[in-house]
Amino acid sequence: MKGQAVAIGLVIAVGVLLLVMMTGLVNSLDETRRAYYERYRLADIFAPVKRAPDHLLEDIARVPGVSGIEGRVTGAALIDIPGQNLPLQAKAISLPDFHKSRLNDILFTKGRRLNADHANEILLLNSFASAHGLQPGDRLSATINGIRRDFRIVGLAQSPEFLYTTAPGELISEDGRFAVIWMSQSALAAVYDMDGAFNEALISIGRNANMAEILDAVDRILGPSGGLGSYSLDNQTSNRFIVDEIDGLRATSIGVPPIFLGVAAFLLYIVVSRMVQADREQIGLIKAFGYSNTEISAHYLKFVLIIAIAGATVGCLFGIGAGRTLAVYYLDFFKFPFLIFRLDPGSFVISFAVSVLSASAGGILVLKGILELTPATAMRPPAPADYSRTGRFAVALNMFLDQLSRMVVRRMFYQSGRTAGAVLGIAGGMALSVSIITIMSGFDRTIELSFSVVDRSDLLVSFFEAVSDKTIFELQSIDGVIHVEPVRFVPAVLKNGVNTYRGAINGLIEKPVLNRPVDGSGKTITLNPHGIILGSSLAGILDIKSGELLEVEVLEGRRPTLLVPVVAVADTLIGSLAFMEIDALNRALKEPNRVSGAYMRIDLNKSDSIYEELKNMPTVAGVNLKSNARSALQKQMDTGAGAVRYIMAIIAAIITFGIVYNSARIAYAERSRDLASLRVLGFTRNEAAFVLLGELGILTILALPIGAILGYYLSFGISSGFSTDLYQIPAVFTPESYGAAAVAVIAASVVSGWLVKRDINRLDPVLALKTRE
Amino acid sequence: MQEEFEINSMENENLAFKTVGLTKVYGEGVAAVHALRGVDLEIKSGEIVVLLGPSGSGKSTLLNIIGGLDQATDGVAYFQNQELTKMGDSQLTRYRRDHVGFVFQFYNLMPSLTAFENVELVTEIARKPMQPDDALALVGLHERIHHFPAQLSGGEQQRVAIARAIAKQPTVLFCDEPTGALDSATGRSVLKVLKDVNERLQTTVLIVTHAAATAGLADRVIHFADGNVRKVLVNDHKMDPEEITW
Repeated sequence: MKGQAVAIGLVIAVGVLLLVMMTGLVNSLDETRRAYYERYRLADIFAPVKRAPDHLLEDIARVPGVSGIEGRVTGAALIDIPGQNLPLQAKAISLPDFHKSRLNDILFTKGRRLNADHANEILLLNSFASAHGLQPGDRLSATINGIRRDFRIVGLAQSPEFLYTTAPGELISEDGRFAVIWMSQSALAAVYDMDGAFNEALISIGRNANMAEILDAVDRILGPSGGLGSYSLDNQTSNRFIVDEIDGLRATSIGVPPIFLGVAAFLLYIVVSRMVQADREQIGLIKAFGYSNTEISAHYLKFVLIIAIAGATVGCLFGIGAGRTLAVYYLDFFKFPFLIFRLDPGSFVISFAVSVLSASAGGILVLKGILELTPATAMRPPAPADYSRTGRFAVALNMFLDQLSRMVVRRMFYQSGRTAGAVLGIAGGMALSVSIITIMSGFDRTIELSFSVVDRSDLLVSFFEAVSDKTIFELQSIDGVIHVEPVRFVPAVLKNGVNTYRGAINGLIEKPVLNRPVDGSGKTITLNPHGIILGSSLAGILDIKSGELLEVEVLEGRRPTLLVPVVAVADTLIGSLAFMEIDALNRALKEPNRVSGAYMRIDLNKSDSIYEELKNMPTVAGVNLKSNARSALQKQMDTGAGAVRYIMAIIAAIITFGIVYNSARIAYAERSRDLASLRVLGFTRNEAAFVLLGELGILTILALPIGAILGYYLSFGISSGFSTDLYQIPAVFTPESYGAAAVAVIAASVVSGWLVKRDINRLDPVLALKTRE
Repeated sequence: MQEEFEINSMENENLAFKTVGLTKVYGEGVAAVHALRGVDLEIKSGEIVVLLGPSGSGKSTLLNIIGGLDQATDGVAYFQNQELTKMGDSQLTRYRRDHVGFVFQFYNLMPSLTAFENVELVTEIARKPMQPDDALALVGLHERIHHFPAQLSGGEQQRVAIARAIAKQPTVLFCDEPTGALDSATGRSVLKVLKDVNERLQTTVLIVTHAAATAGLADRVIHFADGNVRKVLVNDHKMDPEEITW
């Protein structure tokens, strides 16, 4: 019983560990994010504009609810790094000359602040600098507003605004691929001719302010100056990603630990009830000595509570440790400069309550039955179990079964409740395995679908602004280029009722080959000039179906607002994408024959000379290699919220084994007398073991299909938990995932069977002559 | 693989069991319990022997060892000149399977099998079994043979247990307190069955009990105390089970 108590305690501990760890992690990340934003005064509203005079800031400040405002200058830049084939994209941002930023302050990690008297001084984003080994004191040449200049890095900095950075046109963040440079207000304003003006307003709002009203007011004020649509922090790229990743972890923390804890509680209940049942005669005896029911109950509860509380305590302690370790790990992933580790007190309460209640329930229910007996009855062994019902039940089977097999089958019918419990328990383990393996395949499928089926190009070239489609011919004429397909990116706000999404529309040719929207079966969806195609996740965010009208607020050029019907929903797994036929899009914008980039398939042997050509084209803003994007996404999935899947796989394995092993142990404990009797009658160890292992085998076989079905549904829950705004994890069911899960469960059964068989081998047949159940 | 338990040529046709200096010690050091202290004993084939003695006298331990259920600490035990004390687990299993029938105080029937099936459980693996019906008829059970243990009285259950023990036509029948859980009338009928089996099948019957009255049935009565044989009495006036009272 000692080994089993430890096993039960461990299962509980693991369930509790997962709960405490996940809630602690999510709480800490949330709290850390909040504190980081607050300390560095991240704005609540971002309002980009073409060029607005500074006095408009005062108008915005007067809008009710606005508590702080700052204007700044931002712009695109290209950085030349020695050794890189292509220039890297960057964002230049101004910092006030003489005071700290009132909003969107930065955190210095190295070096000193800018001196406004020296226009060539810059601060560089810390993560980008580390990726390229740049230090304060180093020089850097960058092209801003078409003019190439030399700069001196005087310091490195990071900011809550840029926890997650992507170059335009790229989905996945990579530290070395995109830079942020901070310059003094006067220096950057000079470059962009923004003296006395700004092109982005940062706004903070009061606690009870009405966000929607303020956004409207800001847009009204900035509209005449070429306002590009103000948006809240919720729609800010970096924040959206961070919140989404934390939400992914939260969904996992809400959805998964209860399953594990529930399984643990169920086991605890079964084992405790079995233990008390086995002590029936002793209970009769101590009752005969004069102990009261309360005293006896207290004794058993004490024992049960020790296991439950010890398990929960161990789980909590390790959960705190694991949560902290994981939080420190994520600190790096999220680029948080500090950690506020905050546990969820609720998780402790739940952990202890579930453990103690399930353990006590198992004890009390059985104890109650025994305590109702008179001491004399309790001391006498219980009458043999009455199998008369089950015997008739399985008459048809008798023709095929020998006596040992009948014993197995009848007992399973007789204790049908417990059999069902064991089957469900093992099926639960199978379901966990199925869903974890399904999720694992889902991650692979996301990468596979996105980079082999959807995007079949080798690289994406993007231009500084929309250019004439003649550029496509230029690209086509480069030696080694096999195929070129134009694309037009148009930033836009997509609206369906109250649901809005700030993203971009991809204009593609009617029948794209290199990068194409596909349907569920991987077939290209032809672009229809009369409507828009939405990626499945975007359709979900906007809550819109095929055939419905979508409002599109274009944030570029003439900034028209379009009403377009959704003509199809594409099976996209990364990004929240919208597609339109490129000519139709250009027509709607009244900008015919414009492209903002191109997908290209190239002869990889000639890539160096192709890069050289691209680098010399003045219109090219960036080149993104698909292989880079693919490995960046893989890394993202393996280090972000997706990394939890590996921990869950380990825990699922432990739980699956725990369930199967405990089922086998319980069956052994209940059967040991019968087994000993069989040994006395001259049955060999293997024959006697058949009664037990046969049962375990049948339980396992019954559990497999049920587990497969449960796993099917569980997979959807877990996959949606892992899916983020950036990537969706589909529940991918393959024969392999079921096969692997079945193998895992069968392996757990075989190992459990082997462990129990060792006990059967050691079983003393004399037991049959002495004790009585 | 199971080793066939071969019976060697017999030195003494008549001897079922022989023990020399049979010793069993449970535990070690100060906690050691000497259950058997060098028992020398011979039991002839076909006789009914009653082992009498108080609880803890070692009689059950002796039965366990010569029944192939337990290992001796020291000394030797022979079954028809085959040395039991040298056998490994699989040989002992074979020995129990082919030669030994057990009857226990608490019957030890499989609750999930009917009376008939409990007997069949053994006949399925025995070398030269009788029909389960015949075995059940021998113990006087003709009806209710398709009932489960829970539907049978204590006496009926014990008769099923005896039927199960004799169905393999064992060489020896070991009975550990066979009437311990029964009222006297039922107990008598069980003893009668044991006597019948002994007479009809020439089975050696070894009964362990502390009910002295049972001794009336025996050819020989062996008195046990403190882990050894105190005295062996030959019963000149074997009683009919009907005459036994306790």
